[in-house]
Amino acid sequence: MEFRSVLTTCPYCAVGCNMLLQVLDDQIVSTLPAKTGPSNEGSLCIKGWNVHEFVQHQDRLTTPSLRQNDSLKAVTWDQALDHAASELTRLKDTYGPESVAFVGSARCTNEETYVFQKFARAVFGHNHVDHCARL
Amino acid sequence: MTNSFKELESANCILAIGTNTTVAHPIGSMRLMRAKSNGAKLIVADPRRTQIASLAHLHIQHRLGTDVALINGLMHIIYKNGWHNQAFIEERTENFPALAEVIEQFPPERTSEITGVPVDQLKQAAEWYSRSESSAICYVLGITQHSTGTDNVKSLANLSMLCGQIGRPSTGVNPIRGQNNVQGACDMGCLPNVLPGYQYITVPENLEKFAKAWNAKLSPTPGLTMVEQIDAILDGKFKGLVVFGANPVTSYPDVNRVEKAMQALEFLLVMDIFPTPTSAFAHVVLPACSFAESDGTYSSSERRVQRVRPAIPPIPGKANWETLQELSTRMGYPLKYTCGEDIFNEMASLTPAFGGMSFARLNEKGLCWPCPTADHPGTQYLHQGRFSRGLGMFNAIDYRPPAEAPDKDYPFWLTTGTLFTHYLTGTMTRRCPTLHHENPVVEVEINPEDAQRLHIEAGEEIQATSRRGTIKARALVTTKVRPGVVFIPLHYAENAANRLTNAALDPVTKTPEYKVCAVNLAKSA
Ligand code: SF4
Repeated sequence: MEFRSVLTTCPYCAVGCNMLLQVLDDQIVSTLPAKTGPSNEGSLCIKGWNVHEFVQHQDRLTTPSLRQNDSLKAVTWDQALDHAASELTRLKDTYGPESVAFVGSARCTNEETYVFQKFARAVFGHNHVDHCARL
Repeated sequence: MTNSFKELESANCILAIGTNTTVAHPIGSMRLMRAKSNGAKLIVADPRRTQIASLAHLHIQHRLGTDVALINGLMHIIYKNGWHNQAFIEERTENFPALAEVIEQFPPERTSEITGVPVDQLKQAAEWYSRSESSAICYVLGITQHSTGTDNVKSLANLSMLCGQIGRPSTGVNPIRGQNNVQGACDMGCLPNVLPGYQYITVPENLEKFAKAWNAKLSPTPGLTMVEQIDAILDGKFKGLVVFGANPVTSYPDVNRVEKAMQALEFLLVMDIFPTPTSAFAHVVLPACSFAESDGTYSSSERRVQRVRPAIPPIPGKANWETLQELSTRMGYPLKYTCGEDIFNEMASLTPAFGGMSFARLNEKGLCWPCPTADHPGTQYLHQGRFSRGLGMFNAIDYRPPAEAPDKDYPFWLTTGTLFTHYLTGTMTRRCPTLHHENPVVEVEINPEDAQRLHIEAGEEIQATSRRGTIKARALVTTKVRPGVVFIPLHYAENAANRLTNAALDPVTKTPEYKVCAVNLAKSA
C-alpha cells in the first residue's frame, strides 16, 4: 500500500483554503485542512471537508466523444481532436475567424486559462473570449 | 479584494452588503465573526434575513435593487453630520462636488421610502461606518448581479473614499469572490478587453508585446462578453463555440434562450469533468482533469496566488493544458509547453504584477499580487498612499430601479443565490453524497403570509413562472424572506432558477440581473 498526503488548494470558493488530500493507492480517501493555509489556518467548511467525494465519482468523463447521428459516441483522443480541429478550421475558413467564440472558466488553473485565452487570441485573431466571472 | 482576509479581524466596523458570506464563503465569514468578538460593529445589508444577518448588530433589510439609494442615503447622513474625512477627500480624491450634489437628493426620509429601511437604522449604520477607526466593506454578487451592478460598486467606492476608509489595514472595498479562480481567470486575461495582468488590448504597446512573444497577429478590438455571445449566436454571427469548464445551459440567465442558441450552432466543443446540460448539445466532448489532477496555481479572493498540486494521475489521460496545446498544434499554431510551471513562467515574464513570482516562491504560502520583482514580498492591501489611477475618482450616481418589477401578472420579487452545501450549477457538489443529502431538491423560500394567502403548505410542490419560463420547486415557508419576495437557489439544473431570470445587463460590465426579476407562484397542477 502506498500512502501520500498532497497539499493543495480548495477548488470551490475563492477564500482559497489549503487542504491535504489523503491518497491511498491512487484513491483519494479523505480531505484534511492544512494549518499552514494563510486564509484558513486549519479550518475547512462542509464543502471542503467532502471535496474528495466528487473527484473519482463514477460519472466522471474519461474518454472523448463525438456526435454521430444525434448521439455522442466514445472515440479516441486523436479522432476527437482531429475532428474538433478540422471543424474549427472549416468555420474559420468559411465564415471568417470571428465566427467562433470562446467561454473559459473561473474554476480552471491560471495556467490552463492562460493557454486557453492565448489559443483563442493567437489562432483566431480576435478577443471573443470570456468566462463566468459575472455569474 | 483591496485588503486581505486576515485584516478583517482587526476592523472596528464591517459593512457586509449583498454577501451571504456564511453560506458562500464559510471560512472567510469566520473573520467577520472574529472581528465581531474582538468588538467590531457588524452591519449586514441584505434583502434576506440570512444567517450572517441574524448574527449582526444591525440588519438592514433593504428592498431588492435599491442599493444605490441606500448607499447615497448613508453618504447624505455622513456628510450632513460632518462625519466625512475632509483631509482624505482633499488629498486623495477628485470630483467631490458632483457627488455632494447627488447625495443632497437622498435625505433620510426619501431614502427610507425607496429602500424600506427605517431612518434610525440608516443613521446608526452611517455613524458606525464613518466614525469607526477602521471600517471595511465586504460585498459580492448581491451587489454586482444587477442591471445597476457597476453603479452599486462605484457607490461603495464613493462611500469608502468619503470616509477615508480605504488604503489602510482593515479597511477597503472587498469583493469576496464566489468561484475559486474567478480572480485568476480575470488575472489571466480570460476577458474580452484585457490581456493577462489587466493589460488593455487597446494600448498598442501591450498588444505589440504579446504579439511578439506569441508570434501571432492580435486584434485591438474588444470582443463580446458571454451573454452578448448568446445574442450573436442567435443573430448568426457566431457559428462555433468552444466551452472550457463552463455550463451556460444552467448558469446563464434565461436558459430557454441559451438552449436555442446551442441548437443553432454548427459546431460546439465542450471540455468538462462531468456531462452537463451544455455538453448534451456538443458535437465534440473532451474529458477534463479536476483540480486533484492538475499542476498549477489559483488566485484567491485576496489576490493570493497559491499552488494546486496533483494528487492522482489525470483521469482522462491528459492534463487540460496538454489537450488545449494539441488542439492548437493541430490548427497550425504549435505550442510546446512541458508542464504547468513552464506556462506560469511565460505568463509571469509578460505580466508585471506577477513578474516576481515563481513556483519555488509560491510553494510555501503563495504570494499576493502585485509582486513585480523576485525580492518583492507581495502586496497585502492595495491603494496605500495612492490609488492605481492617482487620485480616487468620485462618481456621482443616481438611483435607477431594477429592469423588471412585479406587476399584476407576476406579483412577486424573485432573487437567486447559493446554499451552504452547493456550488454553482451543482455538477460537483451534488455528486458528493454528504452534501447532496443536506439539500437534495430545489426549494423556494416564501414568507408565511404569502403562503397562507395562496394556500401553499410547507413542503408542497409549487410552480414559479416568469415571463421567460417555469420551474417546479418545493415550498420552504420561512421569515428569511419578506412578504412579496421569494428566493430560489441556482444549483439545480433540472429546475434551473435561470429559466426564470432576466438577461437584462449592466451597461458597463454586462453582468446579468440575476438578483431581481418578477415571478408568479401557483400550486402545481
Ligand atoms: S473549504 Fe469552504 S470556505 Fe474554504 S475555500 Fe473551500 S469552499 Fe471556500
